Amino acid sequence: MSNPTAAAGEPRTLFRKVWDRHIVVPETADTPAVLYIDLHLVHEVTSPQAFTVLRERGLKVRRPECTLATVDHSVPTDANAWTSGLGDMDHAARHQVRMLGDNCGRAGVRLFGINSSRRGIVHVIGPEQGATQPGMTIVCGDSHTTTHGAFGALAFGIGTTEVGHVLATQCLLQRRPKTLLVEIDGRLPPGVAAKDVILAVIGQIGVDGGTGHVIEFRGAAVSAMSMDERMTLCNMAIEAGARAGMVAPDDTTFEYLAGRPMAPAGAAWERAVADWRGLASDPGAAHDRRVTVDVSRLEPQVTWGTDPGMVMPVSGRIPEPAGAGHRKALDYMGLQAGAAIAGQPVQVVFIGSCTNSRLSDLRDAAALLRGRRVARGVRALVVPGSQQTRLQAEAEGLDRVFIEAGAEWHQSGCSLCIAMNGDRAGAGQYVVSTSNRNFEGRQGQGARTLLASPATAAASAIAGVVADPRPLLAAERRIA
Amino acid sequence: MIEPISVLASRTAVLPVDNVDTDQIIPARFLTTTQRTGLGRHLFADWRRDAHNEPREDFVLNRPEAAGAQILVAGRNFGCGSSREHAPWALLDYGFRAVISTEIADIFRSNALRNGLLPVVLDADHHGWLMAHPGVELTIDLRACEVRLPDGRIAPFEVEPFARHCILHGVDPLGWLLSREDDIHRFEEARSCAA
Repeated sequence: MSNPTAAAGEPRTLFRKVWDRHIVVPETADTPAVLYIDLHLVHEVTSPQAFTVLRERGLKVRRPECTLATVDHSVPTDANAWTSGLGDMDHAARHQVRMLGDNCGRAGVRLFGINSSRRGIVHVIGPEQGATQPGMTIVCGDSHTTTHGAFGALAFGIGTTEVGHVLATQCLLQRRPKTLLVEIDGRLPPGVAAKDVILAVIGQIGVDGGTGHVIEFRGAAVSAMSMDERMTLCNMAIEAGARAGMVAPDDTTFEYLAGRPMAPAGAAWERAVADWRGLASDPGAAHDRRVTVDVSRLEPQVTWGTDPGMVMPVSGRIPEPAGAGHRKALDYMGLQAGAAIAGQPVQVVFIGSCTNSRLSDLRDAAALLRGRRVARGVRALVVPGSQQTRLQAEAEGLDRVFIEAGAEWHQSGCSLCIAMNGDRAGAGQYVVSTSNRNFEGRQGQGARTLLASPATAAASAIAGVVADPRPLLAAERRIA
Repeated sequence: MIEPISVLASRTAVLPVDNVDTDQIIPARFLTTTQRTGLGRHLFADWRRDAHNEPREDFVLNRPEAAGAQILVAGRNFGCGSSREHAPWALLDYGFRAVISTEIADIFRSNALRNGLLPVVLDADHHGWLMAHPGVELTIDLRACEVRLPDGRIAPFEVEPFARHCILHGVDPLGWLLSREDDIHRFEEARSCAA
């Protein structure tokens, strides 16, 4: 054998290292691997049927201490609904929330419920509480579980049947996916955000470009990103069809996690960090595919169609349709090929969702809205990702900035990203949204979504039309 | 428990749209249910009915020739987006037993298999022919992993072997996982010693 690395073991990717340490039973030709799950996040919408199966079969939740639940999808975020004692809450949604409380109570699962100050969007609170940690396997009955990969965890969405599998056995049956390295080079220009990067990546590789793969994001631009930004990146890996997105943990990761309520402490912290440092892909580790993106000249991005791959620079013109899918999308969106996207009137602006509702996102939006007004005829909703984020934002006075600008300041939740909780846009309305999906009807029947960064959303709220945030940001810098 | 299936013979309904996402298959406003039954009436709700709740006559499932079809042929990347298992539940409740495409999104495929809805990925040639010939009678043979077209051609497809075994024989994957309790216990013991 002449391969010198063989003796020391083949170089392995970040994904492979996390995968290997969770194999309970190896994969064979006939059977998938039995993969151990470290953290199971649970919410009200995709869990009731799973708990019911356990009850029907007389099964217990095997590791309640590895399970963390909250309510986010169907809870109202409107402040008035809250002061009236959830009086406006849909009957079925209320039943769902109550059922999660009952299920968690019976099983001994920790629940950050409707009155908890630690409640929030499941993908915001996991990291915020320090439950999300490098090297873990994390699942949830929600496709945006990919968010947690920002910490070097292997995190992916599952269906309700598999939620039941994890509740009952703490394991999943899985075939090992392939890996796709997305190398993001260059330095992000001012006014261009992680959201713009991931939209551009999806535009390049397509909404099915990552199918069957786990993406590893790497490169100078990724190393320079904060954890909030890395979460935005990994959050939308699913929008490229990928099973998961991952970033190798580094000092930025450890600084974020240190001192969080559920993170290790003391000697256990030191041991954990020493272990986490070894998770990065080995030099020479091979990915099944690789793409490179240079972001040094990237512009703010806006979607013009009905999937996140239908995306363009904010200064550009809507592309000529390439096929029936594009024509259908333009028809739904009521937009014309060849027209500029900037200047398109908007009626709603949504700043929130598991993609862009963390404190730094709120600060980005507030930096532009401070001392300015939301344009007449525009409804702007600012929905923090968690109650903790809300409290931190209020401690900084961001709530005043939004309210004085004429925007609505909400309780935390999924809100207008999924429009099954009372927050929704009307048919035909244009919504500049910091969320992750511009699918038909996603924000309300007939509503038209344009995905963008928090800065672009704030600039559009002020202008009343789709607007490039960079001129406003440049003005801010001149004043400073 | 899923209903075992080995051979499915049915007419097709053709939905000539790429990237059909699970928000179209079952819009989020129907996800406040705590049941897995009765979702068929909301399948493709906003494509089947207009804003006034009237049927859209040009939508494939509203045409008489699609009635009773158990095989849905759709464009590439079917089932992308949300992980909601309500999507295969809705398709099954409506009466579909198989979806044919050139590509099926990962989470949807897994959810479909867990419920006995066959996700069949065909090559572009056979798929293209099916898209151009709506309403043909097809046989999907899960034992042989082949689709038999009415003109005698045979299109092979692949299914994850364990999921195929479970669907052919009505084996419950949760039961199988539970039977590995000793392995799971050993894994946990080994880890707690290492920590």
